[in-house]
Amino acid sequence: MIGFLTGLFVTMKTGFRRPVTAQYPDPEKRIKVENRFMGFPSLTWDYDVEEPYCTGCMVCVRECPTECMTAKMKDNPLFSEGKSRRKKIIDEFEINLGRCILCGICVEVCNFDAIEMSHEHELSKRVRNGNRFGLQQLLKLGIKFQSNTNWQPKQPEKNSGVPVKKVDEE
Amino acid sequence: MEINKTINSDNVDLMINMGPQHPSTHGVFRLLLNIDGERIIDVKPHIGYLHRGSEKLCENERYAQVVTLFDRLDYVANLNMELGFCLAVESLMELDIPDRASYIRVILCELNRIASHLLFYGTYGLDVGAMTPVLYAFREREKIQGFFESITGARMMHNYFRIGGIKEELPDDFNNRLSLLLDEVSQGIEECDMLLSKNEMFLARTKNVGIISASDAVDFGVSGPNLRASGIARDIRVSKPYSIYDRFDYGIPVASSGDCWDRYYVRLEEIRQSIKIIKQAMSQMEDGPILAKVRRIARPPKGEIYFRTESPRGDFGVYLVSDGSDKPYRVKVRAPSFANLQSLQYLLKGAYIADAVTILGSIDIIMGEVDR
Repeated sequence: MIGFLTGLFVTMKTGFRRPVTAQYPDPEKRIKVENRFMGFPSLTWDYDVEEPYCTGCMVCVRECPTECMTAKMKDNPLFSEGKSRRKKIIDEFEINLGRCILCGICVEVCNFDAIEMSHEHELSKRVRNGNRFGLQQLLKLGIKFQSNTNWQPKQPEKNSGVPVKKVDEE
Repeated sequence: MEINKTINSDNVDLMINMGPQHPSTHGVFRLLLNIDGERIIDVKPHIGYLHRGSEKLCENERYAQVVTLFDRLDYVANLNMELGFCLAVESLMELDIPDRASYIRVILCELNRIASHLLFYGTYGLDVGAMTPVLYAFREREKIQGFFESITGARMMHNYFRIGGIKEELPDDFNNRLSLLLDEVSQGIEECDMLLSKNEMFLARTKNVGIISASDAVDFGVSGPNLRASGIARDIRVSKPYSIYDRFDYGIPVASSGDCWDRYYVRLEEIRQSIKIIKQAMSQMEDGPILAKVRRIARPPKGEIYFRTESPRGDFGVYLVSDGSDKPYRVKVRAPSFANLQSLQYLLKGAYIADAVTILGSIDIIMGEVDR
């Protein structure tokens, strides 16, 4: 009998507590994700030269455990105009988010601060291939992530696209 | 309609198919029960519904990528799985792990052990028909998972341990959050304990049900809390300390009778011991590097190793063969759930059909690990 009563006492105590449940679709009441939360991968945007950070070096494509990415690089038109430091730039990029396991290895291996795990985590789409994200969609995710979290590159000097003025040639 | 009234109950064999979609089989597990009235006379467990070929997949991935696969073995104690694999590779490479990394690993692994046992507590309550405990258990587990999210970036599939250390430094508010979390969780555990452990109905369902003796348990290869519930104080953290487990002072909860209630209570007691370990680790932890000096692509020397760790479910072993390249030649996992499951047939024979779920739940199997 005592066992029942102590159990009942615990249940009764709950009546005087604030509820801990969150409600999912309501943006106010749902649980906020942590800063380090790893959602879908996204490509970051370099505002200094108005182009993506990604140069299409393929290291993330090679390191991905599920092989969910494809990438293709091209010659950077802004480089020949002297506006950017990047010789090559990403041309096509596709991530199959349905296949991505959100491990974050691509972010870790990237030398150009070009890929980042965004806070986006809702997978359902209205079209059949809606989870195959192309370059523009990935950049959109990235730009949203950058503005929400005030993202800064980890190695700003190395990875900035602003062309370096050569001073030693005088 | 004609009913044969002369059926001799000794000859009637009724086969009940339980699972693989049965909610209390904890995953996709199928049981064929031959029953005679209320008694189970024979059991045929069918496994393999969650087979993903993880061990074979490991052979095609680099060592750093294999960690992601180990996350998915025991999917409620992910960090313990990662630790088992990382330690195996590290001891093959004879790496020295920085102290800070080891402490962080231990803290996270013990937290994950708590989360895993909380899940057991909640679902076991459901298995025997108590609806409330799962809500209390998940409230606490949710806090731990939120804490993991702030450190590793994911709630379950962390991919946080690296060969030679861990992925990144802890967040700034780690210590404050952890001590707050421990206070809340230890309070929650006491609440959970009060709620269910001494409940007369729960006692009636679990006491003297599904008894396995110590010698039988050893014969079946049962390990972990299930073995300790039978009265054998065997824990790899103590008997063959790995990582830095020899630096802490904690007890190994042991019960004597080996019934369902003992298996349940040993786990609850283990949560308290885990909290003790975490508190000690927190006070001993110092600043320092978090990653040993390793090349980005790990290439262990030619050789093989078998490394055992204590996962929440028992003796988790990783057998690893390296041919000197960047991918393992062979990975074999000794899954504790798989070995524990072998005792099921023995436990269920002769038991009442109403106790089938009670006994199955008390073994605490995770199908991701059984099938791999």
